[in-house]
Amino acid sequence: MDKKKIASTIQTLPKSLTGIQGLDEITGGGIPKGRPTLVCGSAGCGKTLFAMEFLVHGAMMYNEPGVFLAFEESEKDLAVNVVSLGYDLDKLVADKKMVLDHVHVERKEIEETGEYDLEGLFIRLNYAIDSIGAKRVVLDTIETLFSGLPNPLILRSELRRLFQWLKEKGVTAIVTGERGEGTLTRQGLEEYVSDCVIVLDHRVTEQSSTRRLRIVKYRGSTHGTNEYPFIIEETGFSVLPITSIGQEHTVSSERISSGIPRLDTMLGSKGYYRGSIVLVSGTAGVGKSSLSACFSDAACARGEKVLYFALEESPRQIKRNMRSIGIDLEQWEKKGLLVFHAKRPTFYGLESYLTAMHKAVNDFKPMVVVIDPLSSFIIGTNQFEAKSMIMRMVDFLKINNISVFMTHLTTGVNDYTGIDISSLIDTWLLLRDIELGGERNRGMYILKSRGMAHSNQIREFKLTDHGVELLDVYVGPEGVLTGSSRITKEAKEKAEQLLRNQEIENKQLALDRKRKAINAQIDFLKAEFEAEEIETLKNIELNKLRENLLLQDRVDMAINRKGDIIIKTSKLHKPKGNDAKTK
Amino acid sequence: MTPNKNISETGLPKQKPDKKANDAWILRLYVAGQTPKSITAFKNLKAICEEQLKGKYQIEVIDLIKNPQLCREDQILAVPTLVRKLPAPVRKIIGDLSNTDRVLVGLDLKVLS
Repeated sequence: MDKKKIASTIQTLPKSLTGIQGLDEITGGGIPKGRPTLVCGSAGCGKTLFAMEFLVHGAMMYNEPGVFLAFEESEKDLAVNVVSLGYDLDKLVADKKMVLDHVHVERKEIEETGEYDLEGLFIRLNYAIDSIGAKRVVLDTIETLFSGLPNPLILRSELRRLFQWLKEKGVTAIVTGERGEGTLTRQGLEEYVSDCVIVLDHRVTEQSSTRRLRIVKYRGSTHGTNEYPFIIEETGFSVLPITSIGQEHTVSSERISSGIPRLDTMLGSKGYYRGSIVLVSGTAGVGKSSLSACFSDAACARGEKVLYFALEESPRQIKRNMRSIGIDLEQWEKKGLLVFHAKRPTFYGLESYLTAMHKAVNDFKPMVVVIDPLSSFIIGTNQFEAKSMIMRMVDFLKINNISVFMTHLTTGVNDYTGIDISSLIDTWLLLRDIELGGERNRGMYILKSRGMAHSNQIREFKLTDHGVELLDVYVGPEGVLTGSSRITKEAKEKAEQLLRNQEIENKQLALDRKRKAINAQIDFLKAEFEAEEIETLKNIELNKLRENLLLQDRVDMAINRKGDIIIKTSKLHKPKGNDAKTK
Repeated sequence: MTPNKNISETGLPKQKPDKKANDAWILRLYVAGQTPKSITAFKNLKAICEEQLKGKYQIEVIDLIKNPQLCREDQILAVPTLVRKLPAPVRKIIGDLSNTDRVLVGLDLKVLS
């Protein structure tokens, strides 16, 4: 019968929102409405907080009052425990939105003398539910009854009856249970509460602790089956990696300087976007922290507040080191614009560090947050948790429109981040060692920069005593050269160019000379020719004259001899004349 | 039920005068309606009291269905529950009181041998 009922409600299984960040997403809308859900886990894994959040959110956000039946802690303790999360239980109780009831069971004070049942508990719960019209109930931790009351047989049957009764009552209940050896709960509560079982886990690997949540079963509903890390932070319980904030934060198109003019030029001439996530990654000693300092310096100079999370170096050391490249961070610190937050994540554990970061950000309200370096979050093999954590952090900062500048220490050439967070990054600068000609130089380029036309050039990155400078690298047939090899190469190139220029000049001169020589020769020949021509013409003229004279003479002679023939043409006369001459 | 006479007779006279012999006994029996269990419990209680505390006891029967708020105030879970209000300290006994021996131990009328 039960199964039939469930089958018919599969499509429309009503759910009750928990309001716990991330959980409602994995469960597709919360835990089953009107049914008990078992939340189990070992001591200190957050069961009580989970249950309490469910109730408080119900009372505050969903208008569903709730009853908290505590078997372990007193009302006072409960209220005190959640004050840090900003929940005022006393007020909720006074407003009749919540009932806190501490069920005190002490084995020593109880003598069993025969048949009994837990009707008292039923009446008590019923009264509490009815007094405020509760829709939600938490039983934390009901297993305590087993140590408090004798005769487990009676208890078991009574618990079965209790869960049935809760269902009939139509309240959404969370029952917590302590984790047992090889079973989900010490007393096998999972037998009775079978609609939804959530296991919380708190384990320590490589000295860092992580909390994880898994939905073991959820009848009649699909659900995420993974183990999801969760954290308990300032705002309470939060299941990762899903972040409830979504992607709807406002984005700014304002641009802010990186603190290095040439870098701004590379970034579409204007610098980063406000509220964007900038990552600088690179191997050791490439100047990541210097870039952070530049950015912080520029932000402070604009009058913006900067929160600097120094995860590895002490603030003093950072300030001293930055002084050496001409950046005075101390002045900003004195003015209250720059605050260092120096603690190693190993000191706290990831989760607490995130909490501490939240608190620091909320207290100081910075416009720029620097995290130097991000790689400190990775301890051992906790990459996944670290990623989730960073994601949450970044989301949190982004939603507040805080610009984030993170550095990341990489070990290999292709190991860009180690943790796969590239999708989170808006602008990614890569600093690289360039080893050449017996020296090491720093190269920088922009791996990506969303939403701007950015340079694709590798720049030489130089730390000088007046800050960070970016220089063009030498790109030529011998590859990319930096540092002194760039300088020598450039000098060499200059000399070569000079030489080439000279050669060209020389050639030009030679050509000119040749041209001149040829011209002179031409002139000379011309003159010679002209002279010859004149001479020849003169000769011709002379000959003609002479011939004419001869002819005249012959004519004269003929006249003298009273010759009869007068030759008319000179041509005919000529041979005759000649003949005559020879004759 | 059967061995109670022997033990109670031997155990009681020693205990009673030593302790609060002159104190009045106020006993509260919490029940949830007229169930067979509550009726049995009341009967058993009456019998024990008559035998052990004749003349100086007072029994209040509280029906939790009528006074549900008392569950919380008096920290009642199991039903029936017998509470020894006086003499102090408060003692709680659950069950239908059919195990007289245990009732006597619970009421501090007898020490376990």
